[in-house]
Order: sequence, then C-alpha cells, then structure tokens
Amino acid sequence: MNLTLNIWRQKNNVDKGGFREYKVSDISKDMSFLEMLDVLNEQLAEKGEDPVHFDHDCREGICGMCSLYINGKPHGPLQTTTCQLHMRSFKDGETITIEPWRAKAFPVMKDLVVDRSAFDRIIQAGGYVSVNTGGVPDANEIPIPKRIADEAFDAATCIGCGACVAACKNASAMLFTSAKVSQLAMLPQGQVERKERAEKMIAQMDAEGFGACTNTGACEAECPKGISITNIARMNREYFSAVVSSENV
Amino acid sequence: MSWVSKTLNSTLGRKLMMALTGLFLIIFLLGHVSGNTLLFKNDGGEAFNIYAKFMTTNPAVKILSYLTYISVIAHVVYSIILTKYNKSARPVAYANSKASTNSSWNSRNMGILGTIILIFLAVHLQGFWYKMHWGDMPVVSYGGEQYKDLYTIVNFAFQSELLVALYVVAMGFLGLHLSHGFQSAFQTLGLNHVKYSPAIQKLGLAFSIIVPALFASMPIYIYFINMN
Repeated sequence: MNLTLNIWRQKNNVDKGGFREYKVSDISKDMSFLEMLDVLNEQLAEKGEDPVHFDHDCREGICGMCSLYINGKPHGPLQTTTCQLHMRSFKDGETITIEPWRAKAFPVMKDLVVDRSAFDRIIQAGGYVSVNTGGVPDANEIPIPKRIADEAFDAATCIGCGACVAACKNASAMLFTSAKVSQLAMLPQGQVERKERAEKMIAQMDAEGFGACTNTGACEAECPKGISITNIARMNREYFSAVVSSENV
Repeated sequence: MSWVSKTLNSTLGRKLMMALTGLFLIIFLLGHVSGNTLLFKNDGGEAFNIYAKFMTTNPAVKILSYLTYISVIAHVVYSIILTKYNKSARPVAYANSKASTNSSWNSRNMGILGTIILIFLAVHLQGFWYKMHWGDMPVVSYGGEQYKDLYTIVNFAFQSELLVALYVVAMGFLGLHLSHGFQSAFQTLGLNHVKYSPAIQKLGLAFSIIVPALFASMPIYIYFINMN
C-alpha cells in the first residue's frame, strides 16, 4: 500500500504546531496502524529528521496508552484501540489525517502525544476503596450477585484512553468518570466512600476543564471497550443523591 | 460557596437545570397544544376565546405561566453558560471530524435549534401573547359577558402565507429539538433503566412528531378555511 499521511507536528506544548505531509510506500495491509507509523519513523530517522511522537505501550489493546484521532475519529474507523487497528481498514492511495486528542484538559506535549494526567487526578480524587490491614481475606467472602459483578466489571473494563473525551463535541470526560464511579458504587467494597467519591471525582472532573455532557452518545459509539452511557445516568444519580444527603456542606 | 450554589455551578448541576426546565416546558407544550385544539371547533371562536380568557385570568394558571416564563429564561441562560463552557473545553478544533458517524445532527446542534426556536418565540409572543395582555383587542360578548376576541386576531394573522410558512418551519425545528431533548432530560436526571428507557425513547419520538405537527396544523387549517 502507498499512503499519504497528513500528520499534526508540534515541537512542544507552547508551539503552535501544524500539519505536515508524509508519503509511505510498500505498507503491508496486515500491519497495525502503529507499525505503519514505525515504518515512517524509521524513514525519518534515516534522514536525520525528528520522528513523529505518539503514545503507545502494550500494543494489545488493554493498556489505554495509544490514542490518535485518525480520519476524523478517535482510534480510527473501527471501534477499537489504534494499536488493534490494521492497515486493511484503509485503501491503497488514501490520505490519512492524524491528529492528537483535542481537549483543554489534554494539552498536547509533542506531536500526537497529549498529557492525560487529568484522568489520574480524577481517580486520585475518589476512585479508590478502603481496605482493612491484616490477613488476606478469603476470595468470594463477600456475596455479590453475578449480575452486579458483571455490570461492575463491564464498567471496570474502561482503559482510560480518553477516546470518549476526544469524540465528545464538548470534550467531556463523563463517560470515563462515570465508569470509574460506577465500578465501585455497585460493589459492597465501594460503599464506604460512595457519596464522597461521587462528589470529589465530579468536582475534579470540572476543575480539570472537561466539558459538560449533551447526551449525544458519541462517546459510547467510539469507546474501544464499549462502555455504556447508562454509566453516565448512574453517575448522575450518585452525584445528585450524594449532594443532597452527604454532610459535606 | 454554599453546597447548593456549588452544585448548581457544577457541570452536572447545570445539566440538571437544563433537564428540569426542559421537562417543565414539555409539559407546558402539552397544555398549550391541547387548549389550542379549540381553534378547530367550528363555533366562530367562542370556545377558544373563553379558554383564552380563562388562561389569562385564572390565578392557578397565572402561577403556572410565571413558572413557564422562569423556565424559558433559565433554560436559555443555562444553555448559554453551558455552551460557552463546552466550547472552552476544546480550544483547538479538529481539522477532520466525522461526528456524523457517531451521533445525530440534532443532538450536536441543540444550541442552534434552540436559538431558532427562541427567535420564533419572540415573533410568536409579540403576535398573540403581547396583544392579548397589553394590546388593543377587539371585544366580543357571549351570554352577556365580554371577552377579548383573540380568535379574530389569530384568524387574521394566519391569512398570511409568510406567517403560516414561518410557523410550520419553526415547528419542524421544535420537533428536532424535542426528539433529542425529551429523552436526554431523563438521561441527565439519571433515569436510565432497561425497563423504562425504551418506552421513554418511543414516547419522546412520538411527542416530538405529534405535538409540533398538531401546532403546525393550526395555521394551515386557518389559512385554508379562510381561502374558501
């Protein structure tokens, strides 16, 4: 495959940045999207040019590190992570536009790399549970109905990649935050901090500068893990009931 | 800041205000469209004029109408605050965005739809509501009692093709706004449930088609009865 790549290049987080066009040839359709970028970067390195910076880690679709807004969609045309996207999803001779996630809360650090530590701070604000010290508790000591366990697990499959923020017209982090609130609110272990968690995580989400939700459903449609917006409704319930009943004046 | 103002200034609190005022306005639309069907009664406007007097003088209706004014204003104010806030959350736009592949056009353009509806509302209120309250109105009497003849005003206004067209088009936009807004309000309130959400979505779709269509049929009906 021969491709034209229109890639966002930006030296650092104060540089204005802009698109640059690159040509790559003899790309196998069985390559992953990131391997195709590796080929480009080898070419650039040989020429002594600065390679295109992009985030990646496990390349197995489980770590949430890869990003990229490819041809107008987060993680490209399929509902998967960029590392699991293959070149067979593109046509020979196609021009592919590659942009970083765009959100005030995700500042661009270099080229296609954005700082997603805002997500870490939302987790730090309340995405944890209290655990007693002492001996290791027995597995399955606390009875949890299978349906609840499955639902909590579905929410917990969120890998925090930020595709929801990238897809949302308001750069809202509601899908991410709601998945993290939900996975703990549904389980007995999450009850201790339940109210505090909803209030603190949402306050942090707002403080980071993520937008509000318009219920367009774009996040759910683009999420590589298929996190449902029913989690957003649950988060809203958690939040409203927390603010009216907590002792946090 | 107290916990109340802190909540109402949070993204979720602002969305809550949009949902509550929106749902109240949906109830208002239901009342408004039901009452206005009296325009279809072939009695020279008697039932409609009696209804119009009741709607402008009954104390309970007055309280509801003030709640409606407050809801309209709050819905507009909160939407401006939210739109500005949401725009600031993405200072650099995408060069290439295929939003149409993951969401509906109306869900992404509620602000534009709302603005069109607001402009229509100004024209609509000026034409009937303002005249009924403070304008120079013809008077009719039924059974010895005096009534402002709003029916004649309505009847005269909808002989203009331009006004009829404006009303019909505006109702199209209202339908688009409602088709997202109705079910979105329930989602914001956290009312998403496997048992009820499919029904809410169907009800919302039906409401967003039937109510604007009924409203639009009124100027069309009046236009055609005056042609004969």
